Amino acid sequence: MEDGKKLELREIQRLEGHTDRVWGLAWNPATGGGAPAMIASCSGDKSVRIWEQNPSSGSWECTAVLEDTHTRTVRSCAWSPDGRLLATASFDATTAIWERSGRDFDCVATLEGHENEVKSVSWNASGTLIATCSRDKSVWIWEMQPGNEFDCVSVLQGHTQDVKMVQWHPSLNILVSVSYDNSIKVWAEDGDDDDWHCVQTLDKTVSGHSSTVWALSFNSSGDKMVTCSDDLTLKIWDTGYNPSQTNGDAYGSWTNVCSLPGYHDRTVFSVHWSREGVIASGAADDAICLFVQSKNHTIDGPLFTLLLKKEKAHDMDINSLQWSKKEPRLLASASDDGTIKIWELVGVF
Amino acid sequence: MGSLINANPTVYERKERRVRSTPANTDENAEEPIDQLEIFDILFMHYFHVRDIKDPEHPYSLEELKVVTEDSIEVNDKQSCVRVTFTPTVEHCSMATVIGLCLRVKLMRSLPPRYKVDIRVAPGTHATEAAVNKQLNDKERVAAALENPNLVEMVDECLAPTFA
Repeated sequence: MEDGKKLELREIQRLEGHTDRVWGLAWNPATGGGAPAMIASCSGDKSVRIWEQNPSSGSWECTAVLEDTHTRTVRSCAWSPDGRLLATASFDATTAIWERSGRDFDCVATLEGHENEVKSVSWNASGTLIATCSRDKSVWIWEMQPGNEFDCVSVLQGHTQDVKMVQWHPSLNILVSVSYDNSIKVWAEDGDDDDWHCVQTLDKTVSGHSSTVWALSFNSSGDKMVTCSDDLTLKIWDTGYNPSQTNGDAYGSWTNVCSLPGYHDRTVFSVHWSREGVIASGAADDAICLFVQSKNHTIDGPLFTLLLKKEKAHDMDINSLQWSKKEPRLLASASDDGTIKIWELVGVF
Repeated sequence: MGSLINANPTVYERKERRVRSTPANTDENAEEPIDQLEIFDILFMHYFHVRDIKDPEHPYSLEELKVVTEDSIEVNDKQSCVRVTFTPTVEHCSMATVIGLCLRVKLMRSLPPRYKVDIRVAPGTHATEAAVNKQLNDKERVAAALENPNLVEMVDECLAPTFA
């Protein structure tokens, strides 16, 4: 970030339309071709909304409402890496796959198998695998086949309580899940036999969280990860080793770098690491915090410091935050107040 | 219902209400702070109709069973926080999560949305205190529970205006 400037999170627009709390949102990662910026959001109103930025006026508007497919809360949504497919995970125990052509969305597949609420969905870097997780304590891995067919290739058991979120590593086929059981689990494939297993559990014994872990995010290179929790802290992890190649050797394991306590007063629900290295966190205290790695290293490792705290960013809990990939200074937040806000991180003299 | 969790609960008399003083300032637009008594009234009375929350397995209100008392309600109006600490009638009360859910739903429906509500069982009064507290304060689990028609029916029955 530039020196000598004071940074500020400036509200660009408030998007209204959902009739219940907004649980999740996702920026469409598609770039090039002058494609307008696009966000998908999902809500307790059982619908998914698509928002586009008008290229000439710059203002955001809702261009599609995907409803009548999920019968309960839509908890999370995620775009495929090429921005063509949208996956939506619902409390109705299913994950829907939507295909986009222009402004039209068709539900082309429904992934069924979880016993109850699906809480999170994530695409791997190449867009060939999807992971889902549920209150049924399991994590499922699905492989995309030609013709929008999805085969379940693995059901991962190991968590002892609901799994809150799954997220793939930004370049490797390594999956991370976080849970109500306070732990973080790292999953990798065994050779070529499609056999996935847990390669590491990050819990209290390795300076992990002491309550529900709600979310995780990798930095763009994938050598660090941040997690957030009901224990009111954020934790940074060194993920520089590929844990699937060390097979449990402690030398190659992921380790806790530092803890960031004392910045939020209530449960931290969401965390996201921008392409430029800014970590945003959103919590039940209605505030957004931004952190950066400071230039001063200590012998104990890097330090992360608070860049700014935006109090009252929303009228109610903040459930989800995501930086834009295309314009890394743009942040979107989703809240219990039913709105989505678009923010810009700007330097002011 | 089969065997009751607590067959013979102690029933207490309802508490005499303090008479609320009418504020001199009658400006309707003035923002009135919400205090402990008001939260208690939200939980147990609505205007002059008794709207007590019913115990899930007895024809008594949570007030009569001393599951909730006025002193178990902490309010910080400035920070828009309410904490209700309830005392299950027996240590192994399997109804504790339902009672907690009733308290949360009642406050969700009555308080301005800016309020943060924490519900917990009184320390040392329940065998699985930590697990109950964790579940009652996980908003995702609460949201999922409130999409379960059977559970909502149970909660609504406890919150119904007349149960006696």
